[in-house]
Amino acid sequence: MDFDRFRGASRYIADDGLLADVNAAIALERPLLVRGEPGTGKTMLAHAVAEALGKPLMSWHIKSTTQAREGLYHYDVVERLNDSRFGSGDITDVRRYIKMGVLGRAFTAEAQVVLLIDEIDKADVEFPNDLLRELDEMAFTISELDETVSAVHRPITLITSNAEKELPDAFLRRCLFHYIAFPDRERLRRIVDAHLPELDQKLVDAAVERFYGLRRVEGLRKKPSTSELLDWLMVLARAGVRPADIARRLPFHGVLVKQERDIDLLRSRNVGIA
Amino acid sequence: MFELLLFNLRARGIKVGLMEWLRFLDGVERGLAVDLESLYRFGRAVLVHSEGQFDAWDVAFKATFEGVELPPEISDALRAWLSEAHDNVGPLEHIDMTDEELRRELMKRLAEQKERHDGGSRWVGTGGTSPFGHSGRADKGIRVEGSGGNRSAIAVAAERRWSDYRTDTRLQVRDFKVAMRALRNLVREGELELDLDGTIERTANNGGDIELDWRRRRDNRMRLLLLMDSGGSMSPHARLVSRLFTAASELKGFRSIDMFYFHNAPYGWLYKSYERWERTRIETLLSEWTPKHRVIFVGDASMAPYELFSPFGLARRDGGHSGLDWLQQIRLRCPASIWLNPDPQRWWDHPTVRAIGNMFPMFPLTVSGLRDGVRRLRVAA
Repeated sequence: MDFDRFRGASRYIADDGLLADVNAAIALERPLLVRGEPGTGKTMLAHAVAEALGKPLMSWHIKSTTQAREGLYHYDVVERLNDSRFGSGDITDVRRYIKMGVLGRAFTAEAQVVLLIDEIDKADVEFPNDLLRELDEMAFTISELDETVSAVHRPITLITSNAEKELPDAFLRRCLFHYIAFPDRERLRRIVDAHLPELDQKLVDAAVERFYGLRRVEGLRKKPSTSELLDWLMVLARAGVRPADIARRLPFHGVLVKQERDIDLLRSRNVGIA
Repeated sequence: MFELLLFNLRARGIKVGLMEWLRFLDGVERGLAVDLESLYRFGRAVLVHSEGQFDAWDVAFKATFEGVELPPEISDALRAWLSEAHDNVGPLEHIDMTDEELRRELMKRLAEQKERHDGGSRWVGTGGTSPFGHSGRADKGIRVEGSGGNRSAIAVAAERRWSDYRTDTRLQVRDFKVAMRALRNLVREGELELDLDGTIERTANNGGDIELDWRRRRDNRMRLLLLMDSGGSMSPHARLVSRLFTAASELKGFRSIDMFYFHNAPYGWLYKSYERWERTRIETLLSEWTPKHRVIFVGDASMAPYELFSPFGLARRDGGHSGLDWLQQIRLRCPASIWLNPDPQRWWDHPTVRAIGNMFPMFPLTVSGLRDGVRRLRVAA
């Protein structure tokens, strides 16, 4: 028997190390924690893995108010109350009011799924700790029913983090860890080619040159990321900007740099922003 | 030899837990690391949890495996493990091979893999016949990405390309913010709000008659005080300290964050601004502060001894207290306090630094130093 392996997907350019780490996580059945600068393709990775393995993807996007329990199940007391007042349903059957969350659905799915827990660092600092047992045993208890839900097929779990908060040690110990470094020129070119194959290569060269130049500016609060480069290239191409035009000037800089303070900084550095 | 790796990792400050270590050995056993290159990468994924420690991993890995000869595809460690595992029998009992045969078989397979790899891809350990696992789990395998490439794992480790990510030298505003955010302390002490779930629960229990349930909102109760030395010897650290202060002023959700300056040591007053001579008596401040306030001092703590110990030194106005006395008073009022020192630790062997270090837990002003300090402050609650 072989386990499923990830070889990269049509539009996702992963480096060898990332492929190997994804495969190690699949083989060891541990979650893979992926960290990296915004825009390095952390979330895209889960989509690519799901696409490549032909498995459904279930995403859980974490917000600052997300509680661990929401991912497991939700006990819809409001509906039950409503039913009890208006006699519209069988309120003695609590099961009818238990709705599975993303984790719950991933555990109970009939085939193995790819589970994405996106931006886990957005939630409260205690959030990852509340999921320790669930991720370890891939099981949780529904206290209203006094029942345990265990994963039929352990989902392939990918967790992304922008490192906005420290994650607890106990949580980290349970994950494999991969850091997506910002792509070097060669890989960045491959990423651009995969997304925008039609573009004038000279334009891409010139744009990539300017892009790395901007990223090197000391003191920038938010460095432009890969996705912003792609947007910028698309705008440049649509507007018919010629490669020579961006050597000196920086047209449509708002696509690359968005914070007022950063734009002021770049203006003072004379990078070609009017 | 893997024990040597464990030792080197711990020596470099990577706190490998038993759980990860067993997972690492398990993975090696299952064929997830078949050569130095995959061992480097796989080990890092399992044992290291932050890019800040990748550099330490590089150093430890190089120290462990540098100079390991043998055919390039197989490390000593794997060989050692192989024979050891075989000696320990148990899981490998069913394999009827001697050590030597086992090794030859592994070499053969690796050689085969390399040849085939040029033509496409080849998986190590497929087919369920690999002797490198046990109890029938050995049939799992993994593709060896780019194995046999022209760069050895040691060369990659020696490049130290993660050194920019080290947390003991990295000092950006964002890193400081992340470290300080760990101070957050949410408690239900805020305003009253309707607890919807509770209300419904109680209403249902009450036979459908509305019964309201209230609870306090979760609030961050953390009050933070930053007290900074702006003395002359601090000027080389001005940029660093200003980043820390930028980070602190951008923190959201704390109940209060107050910042004050002093010169070398506090003498009776703390300053909001030296330029505008905006200052407050420490006694007044102490009556406002509570033992729940967390205090972070920032300063090099080094000055002429009389500036700290003598009640007459620069402290003429305050009625005979020395700088150290004032520090002690702040410490007594707010026991949860730490001192961050921007000077390198090798300079800390100085009389005034030692005296202050005896009073406050002292940490270097780096991201890891701040992180350790913050941990201390959390516990001190």
